[in-house]
Amino acid sequence: MASPGKANVKSPHVGKKKKPPARYWDKLQQEEGNNDENKDGKDGGKAQHAPRRTQKRKLEETRRDRNKFISGKSDPFPGPAPIPEERLQKFKRKDKIKKPRKGQRTLRATIAHSEQTCEMAKKQAARFDLLLPEDAGFLEGDKDEDTCTISQDDIADAVDITSGAKYFNLKLSQFGPYRLDYNKTGRHLLLGGRRGHVACIDWQSKQLMCEINVMESISDVKWLHSEEMYAVAQKKWLYIYDSKGIELHCIRKFNDVLRMQFLPYHFLLATASSTSFLQYLDVSVGKEVAAYCTKTGRLDVMCQNPHNAVIHLGHSNGTVTLWSPNQKEALVKMLCHQGGVRSVTVDKTGTYMVTSGMDKKLKVYDIRAFKPLKSYFLPAGASCLSLSHRGLLSAATGDIVQVYRDVWSCPVTKPYMAHRVRGTAWGLQFCPFEDVLGVGHGDGFTSMLVPGAGEPNFDGLDANPYRSVKQKREWEVKALLEKIQPELITLDPSELGKVDYATFEQRHQDRVKALGFDPLAKEKFVPKHKKKGRSSAGNIEKRKKQVAHEDQRDIIKQSVEDKLRKKDTGKEAASSLSGQKSALDRFKK
Amino acid sequence: MKVKVLSRNPDDYVRETKLDIQRVPRNYDPTLHPFEVNREYIRALNATKLERVFAKPFLTSLDGHRDGVNCMAKHTKSLSTLLSGSCDGEVKMWDLTKRECVRTLQAHEGFVRGMVVGYCGTFFYTTGDDKTIKKWKMEAPGYGEEEEPLNTILGKTVFTGLDHHRKDGVFATCGQQVDIWDEQRSTPIRSFTWGVDSFSCVRFNPVETELLASCASDRSIVLYDMRESAPLKKVIMTMRSNTLCWNPMEAYHFTCSNEDYNLYTYDMRYLKRPATVHMDHVSAVLDVDYSPTGKEFVSASFDKTIRIFLKDGGHSREVYHTKRMQHVICVKWSADNKYILSGSDEMNIRLWKANAAEKLGVLAPRERRATNYSEKLKEKYQHHPQVRRIARHRHLPKNIHHQSKELRVMRESRQRKERNVLKHSKPGSVPFVSEREKHVVTVVK
Repeated sequence: MASPGKANVKSPHVGKKKKPPARYWDKLQQEEGNNDENKDGKDGGKAQHAPRRTQKRKLEETRRDRNKFISGKSDPFPGPAPIPEERLQKFKRKDKIKKPRKGQRTLRATIAHSEQTCEMAKKQAARFDLLLPEDAGFLEGDKDEDTCTISQDDIADAVDITSGAKYFNLKLSQFGPYRLDYNKTGRHLLLGGRRGHVACIDWQSKQLMCEINVMESISDVKWLHSEEMYAVAQKKWLYIYDSKGIELHCIRKFNDVLRMQFLPYHFLLATASSTSFLQYLDVSVGKEVAAYCTKTGRLDVMCQNPHNAVIHLGHSNGTVTLWSPNQKEALVKMLCHQGGVRSVTVDKTGTYMVTSGMDKKLKVYDIRAFKPLKSYFLPAGASCLSLSHRGLLSAATGDIVQVYRDVWSCPVTKPYMAHRVRGTAWGLQFCPFEDVLGVGHGDGFTSMLVPGAGEPNFDGLDANPYRSVKQKREWEVKALLEKIQPELITLDPSELGKVDYATFEQRHQDRVKALGFDPLAKEKFVPKHKKKGRSSAGNIEKRKKQVAHEDQRDIIKQSVEDKLRKKDTGKEAASSLSGQKSALDRFKK
Repeated sequence: MKVKVLSRNPDDYVRETKLDIQRVPRNYDPTLHPFEVNREYIRALNATKLERVFAKPFLTSLDGHRDGVNCMAKHTKSLSTLLSGSCDGEVKMWDLTKRECVRTLQAHEGFVRGMVVGYCGTFFYTTGDDKTIKKWKMEAPGYGEEEEPLNTILGKTVFTGLDHHRKDGVFATCGQQVDIWDEQRSTPIRSFTWGVDSFSCVRFNPVETELLASCASDRSIVLYDMRESAPLKKVIMTMRSNTLCWNPMEAYHFTCSNEDYNLYTYDMRYLKRPATVHMDHVSAVLDVDYSPTGKEFVSASFDKTIRIFLKDGGHSREVYHTKRMQHVICVKWSADNKYILSGSDEMNIRLWKANAAEKLGVLAPRERRATNYSEKLKEKYQHHPQVRRIARHRHLPKNIHHQSKELRVMRESRQRKERNVLKHSKPGSVPFVSEREKHVVTVVK
């Protein structure tokens, strides 16, 4: 193909140039050329004065040209689509790294490259947010209609049939009151009645997986990592059953358990007992990881921080203590209430902790800074608390279940929703990835609809409610391979990715502590024994003194050098500060 | 009342038929993925462990020589062909894919000292202790024909090394002097001498093709320009260098293997001090060859190991040894950057993987993605003590382990002595000499 460049090259004559045939792409170029020439002509004199300005203008022009189509129209939305700032903020993981000193070229290049990739990943993730298929639910009242007055029946009537079917009651008055647990994907429900009744249900299809009576009192039930196994805290010991109701293990090391928490990424089952023991069981290998006596009496208030896998325990003296399996003592002790703590819960980002106590108060804490944020007075006090994925708080007071919205951001006066169940509420949990709140009470189980509670978009590789058997197996293998060791449980889970800036001194101190002696300590000088009378007491003393003097000289030399350096830097600083010489300088030493 | 409740249509999340792949909806919200760092760390740790589990570098040994393998030559055009010459004057041609010898010829009486394949790959030169240079056809002789060289040049003295020009019909030999030969003539077109010495190795620069470098027995490395009549310059070191190899990508760098257990990478322009000193061998280093990417090189040593170094790494990243491998005399890095070939005293040629844990053969896309991901993770967490400990661990034969320990102690004590001398002498009277400067005696132009 003939290109304009080639045509120019081909014309061999020096004299009059033969014009190549006009093409539409030529026009643009010519115009550009003209522009440049004009500019050069105009700026010829000024060029030296304002080269930067011309450069800028040139840049602008080229940019404008780039946005132009061949037809001459300009792109009304140039560049990549903008991303809202708050959405970018959602995916921000770290602050920018301070660039190292000049000279460290490779390090600077590496850091620049990693920053660039981080930025790109952040932007891509933020852009991907647009493609998420589902939106969160909501509930709005009409004019002067409180959302808390809307009954569950009305909501169930208003929504589609499948969602309406998620509001149901199970009347189980014989073996109640009931504790409950949803598994991680939110598909399966485990019910444990006080008088020994255990049932696991695929609650969305309402299929009963198994139902047994353990013929003992039950204090808590918990799913393990998958819906294949669950743990039941019975009167004396801890039992593990499979989904068909077959007893797999009876763990006699764990006795009188009152509450349990399962840490899914660590495969740890944490139990709190009436004998004030906090124990950790590694369910992947079946070993007890840690057992600590908290010495605080009966432990019947427990929750986990899903952000850092720290266990929160509430005590009868009004304190909440934070525990990890690596430390014999509590990581943190907080005095939260006057009177005993009745319930504790932590939100999924690990930022807020909500507690309720015997003093009929509901308090919200910032758990990262250990500061109280809000305090509410509930006339009857809340016996159970639960937080949903999107931050709705449910509180059970007697037989009334109330749901609150935004308890930490703005002061709340009215509940978002309220519902009366048939008996006293005993257990409370939001179903993950669904707008459903499960309430276990004296007369069975109630599944409530709470619009806007659940996270609408799940991640298929983490917790997929629709996974097939094969996907589940694959997930299980991967989860086991990525099991986090209990030693890595800390208050700040991202600590592992940060540079440990411990100074040499600090590390040395730790080493001394670990070893029990100082490996770098200077050995005490012991004079060699010399024969033929040369090791007389006087001689030894003399030799000792020689060495001592040598050391002394080193110290003095060092201090003199330091002084000199200090003096120099001081002088420089002074001269740089004042700049000019003053008349009084001559009196300075 | 306005109300909306989450209600997912299962059809959006479950595959339609069994022939489809499973749907995996993703949500990258960081709050849905707690313990990101910890999980990544565990993954990195697992990847490092798996790398060590799968690190099986030894592929095969090619046997058939009846004496120690003295030199090897890569084919310039074919990846699967290798030439090897042994101490009894026999040259064998190997097919590496079939792992068998395809041709044997009795080339010389005594050692085969040097061997090189011409740039077009149709012929090769050998030289040996019988003072001859022989040119051979790459193809085997037809039925009934006798195996005989295309051309034989009789020299006056023994030739110890041989290298071919990259583009022209010119080759160089070394012996008592460095000779440049034209392929068409039977006398050298140029001879270089600089003092009375004998040379052990000569190599053409792969980029600036008129340049040559040679190792001399008077502990020097000499650089030549083929177009000039006299050598360019030479650097004299404390010990003798055995062989050298140019970096094929940054051809102003070359690495020489030295008798003092180290390798030295020099910048051709600044011979005053080596750019890097590569330590780790516990005996004289006999041969060195660069990878075609120019990022790594492999060295063969008298201590019965071969080691792989990064081009700017002071210590090796990998060490290969077997119970049966004796002193390794020659080593080559294959042209596809995947394999290493070593020839040793006990008549065997061994084929190794250049990357010990690499899976050979075609990788499925998922497999490749997983490998890339784990590579990145290993890189990211390489400084964590657990990961580093596992990644660095290598099993060494007992005697080499002890020797390296001993050498370390010796070096430390020498350093301590130097420090003390520096400390207790008048400031300025004893200059500080860095490790890189220690081994260079002088540069002569």
